[in-house]
Amino acid sequence: MAAPAFKNALVRWIDHRLPVFTFLQHELHEYPTPKNLSYWWNFGSLAGIVLVVMILTGIFLAMHYTPHTAFAFDSIERIMRDVNYGWLIRYIHMNGGSFFFIVVYIHIFRGLYYGSYKAPRELLWIIGVVILLLMMATAFMGYVLPWGQMSFWGATVITNLFSAIPLIGDGIVTWLWGGFSVDNPTLNRFYSLHYLLPFLIVGAVLLHLMALHRFGSSNPLGIDVKGPQDSIPFHPFYTAKDAFGLGIFLIAFAGVVFFAPNLFGEPDNYIRADPLVTPPHIVPEWYFLPYYAILRAIPNKLLGVIAMFGSILVLFIVPWLDTARVRSAKFRPTYRKFFWVLVVDCVVLGYVGANPPDGWFIVTGQVATAYYFFHFLILMPVLGLVERPLPLPHSISAPVLKPAEGKA
Amino acid sequence: MAEAATATKGHADGETRRDFIYLAAAGMGAVGAAATVWPFISFMNPSADVLALSTSEVDLKPVQEGMSITVTWRGKPVFVRRRTKAEIDTAAAAKLGDLPDPQPDAARVKKPEWLILVGVCTHLGCVPLGQKSADPKGEYGGWFCPCHGSHYDTSGRIRKGPAPKNLEVPPYAFLDDTTIRIG
Amino acid sequence: MRRLISAAALLLALATAAEAATGPKPSAQHWSFSGIFGTFDRAALQRGFQVYKENCAACHAALMLSYRDLRGIGYQEDDVKAIAAEAKVMDGPNDAGEMFERPGRPSDKFARPFANDKAARAANNGAFPVDLSMVAKARVAGPDYVYALLTGYGPAPAGMTVVDGMAYNAYFPGNQIAMPAPLNPDGVAYQDGTKMTVEQQAKDVVTFLTWASEPTLEARKQMGVKVLLFLIVFTGILYAAKRKVWAAVH
Repeated sequence: MAAPAFKNALVRWIDHRLPVFTFLQHELHEYPTPKNLSYWWNFGSLAGIVLVVMILTGIFLAMHYTPHTAFAFDSIERIMRDVNYGWLIRYIHMNGGSFFFIVVYIHIFRGLYYGSYKAPRELLWIIGVVILLLMMATAFMGYVLPWGQMSFWGATVITNLFSAIPLIGDGIVTWLWGGFSVDNPTLNRFYSLHYLLPFLIVGAVLLHLMALHRFGSSNPLGIDVKGPQDSIPFHPFYTAKDAFGLGIFLIAFAGVVFFAPNLFGEPDNYIRADPLVTPPHIVPEWYFLPYYAILRAIPNKLLGVIAMFGSILVLFIVPWLDTARVRSAKFRPTYRKFFWVLVVDCVVLGYVGANPPDGWFIVTGQVATAYYFFHFLILMPVLGLVERPLPLPHSISAPVLKPAEGKA
Repeated sequence: MAEAATATKGHADGETRRDFIYLAAAGMGAVGAAATVWPFISFMNPSADVLALSTSEVDLKPVQEGMSITVTWRGKPVFVRRRTKAEIDTAAAAKLGDLPDPQPDAARVKKPEWLILVGVCTHLGCVPLGQKSADPKGEYGGWFCPCHGSHYDTSGRIRKGPAPKNLEVPPYAFLDDTTIRIG
Repeated sequence: MRRLISAAALLLALATAAEAATGPKPSAQHWSFSGIFGTFDRAALQRGFQVYKENCAACHAALMLSYRDLRGIGYQEDDVKAIAAEAKVMDGPNDAGEMFERPGRPSDKFARPFANDKAARAANNGAFPVDLSMVAKARVAGPDYVYALLTGYGPAPAGMTVVDGMAYNAYFPGNQIAMPAPLNPDGVAYQDGTKMTVEQQAKDVVTFLTWASEPTLEARKQMGVKVLLFLIVFTGILYAAKRKVWAAVH
């Protein structure tokens, strides 16, 4: 790695002793990136920015929040009413959580469509799944903090999942609660962990970036960069593209924060937590609904919990479940169709999760759950072996295919 | 279309327009970032409920001559002292030239009998002694700060020690003869 | 594509089925505070506060409100002081160690009608009068629902028996509500000549309750318009910058 020649003498002095500027130059400026990335590749950097926004607003909210069952609800309302711009920072944090999941889910589906998890990027993908799990834990605990009805009953229901574990389940639940129900000790530890986990996410994101920069970004064609003609420096090309994408994202985000801030929320969470009254219809936050549907699709408690966790854990082995020789679904006509079936399947699961488990919803939920696992565990390995992919272009710079070949 | 037009106009024009767009983008980014910072700074300032509590009413009836009471205002102690004739006279007699922070006693009270002070040493914020009869009152018979040895007189003016200023007089008003409102 | 369409059709069918299972949907009212540029109608807010004070406050607390907040519905500082002073607030302990009652101050929270939740329940036949400061936010379609509830009283349909001490309400879950119809025609004396129908009172009090649940609504929408305008222009410029940068590649 040849050190770049910096003009500024102070920069040179520092860089000679601590090569941060060389590092930034290599990883953010020169970093060769495939020239054909589409806007679907914006969501990675967007997710990083949303993470920063969440940590920043979260640190400020913590300055006025009181983690005690007697004061938590009131302290949030005080932030909303009396603290200067408290409503703004709280609504950004609250909706930022939802937007974080929107961005990350798109990022994940992009990876699935374009086979971004395939060798040599298996670890990159696995770290990504770890980030997803950390995000889910953080979001779940954060949702408890306002101490509304949904906070309380969500916490009760989700922690009770662990009681499905044979023999030690009840002991684990008591341990999680620090008592015999969700109460002040639970709220306190959730607050502590909700503050901690985002920094673990930052650590995981850095590893994610390290793994990414080892082989560089994948691309819509799924073929490797073959030479300098295929790639362009990250700056200014992708900084400019990411900045524009960020602008679009901020418009959508501001639209919700300022004009529909409770769009993703449940009205019940504006009722103070009452340990004696369960709301008639309790649902988790929207981003957990598909998993919730999988949990309820299976009549057995333990198996339901296993299926729910399994639906995320299965993502860890996706790099090995996919047996196809090409990366991108662009060249896999059959797989491409099933990819969209999976997207619809996840939406259906989400819809089922939002509704009471009776009548049609039970059957629909079970079919959708079955398809979810079928897709990953059977379809992916089998289709990879039997499907004949379309011919790949020779390089990123020359992706032109003859129409006749495209139809094959 | 616009780009094609610029391209044909030649190098110089293209450069200007490109520079303008980059400058506009960077400028708006800077403005946006600066505007975003303000809510966060403001967030840490006193909130509406804290500001609303910034007045306190004090009933003076139970305070005898020579006695002091301590009340709270904005979370700080406020000394209310009903001064004796002798204390008023010593305070009035002090020569302004001897004072580190010259201020006549008359400018520090509304009624000479009642001295109202924020009970926070102007050095580093400790609460001076002198409210209880058993407390050391310092060399000038007023208050004595135990943290770094500042002596205040019977008008709450600094006379000796590291404190730079007299004890602060809070804004207050007599609602009637025996009630004041601080703040 | 065909799969997508059939999935969408399935979703639609499910949605309709789900809706039929619940009670009547509150019809959408026109509110001064809805929409991007929505602001609270100050006159309606003050009338609504009057309705709240005279008809609701005897049983329902508004825990999140302070008297000083009433500046936000157009009252001047002296009005607020006078309104606060009408209330009796428990304070103390005094120097003798005793709690005492004093007239309210603007910095006080709205006085509660009952000392605590159990007292509220005991005085109301076991039914708890909910806190009203959040109710417009704490119900699905909050303002429309509260309006529908307040105007939804009437005789029970044939075949339905209403338990003693309960009233029939078309919009309350289960249709039986412990609160008797709270609003009556001419039940409050409006000062500004507005007709004192039940519908008008309901509309005014819902406006007030919506403000109570989110006093910062106007500030939020006004800032939102500015932020969006800024972002749209900024994003346009970013797009132009991106095109310029990429002109060399395409």
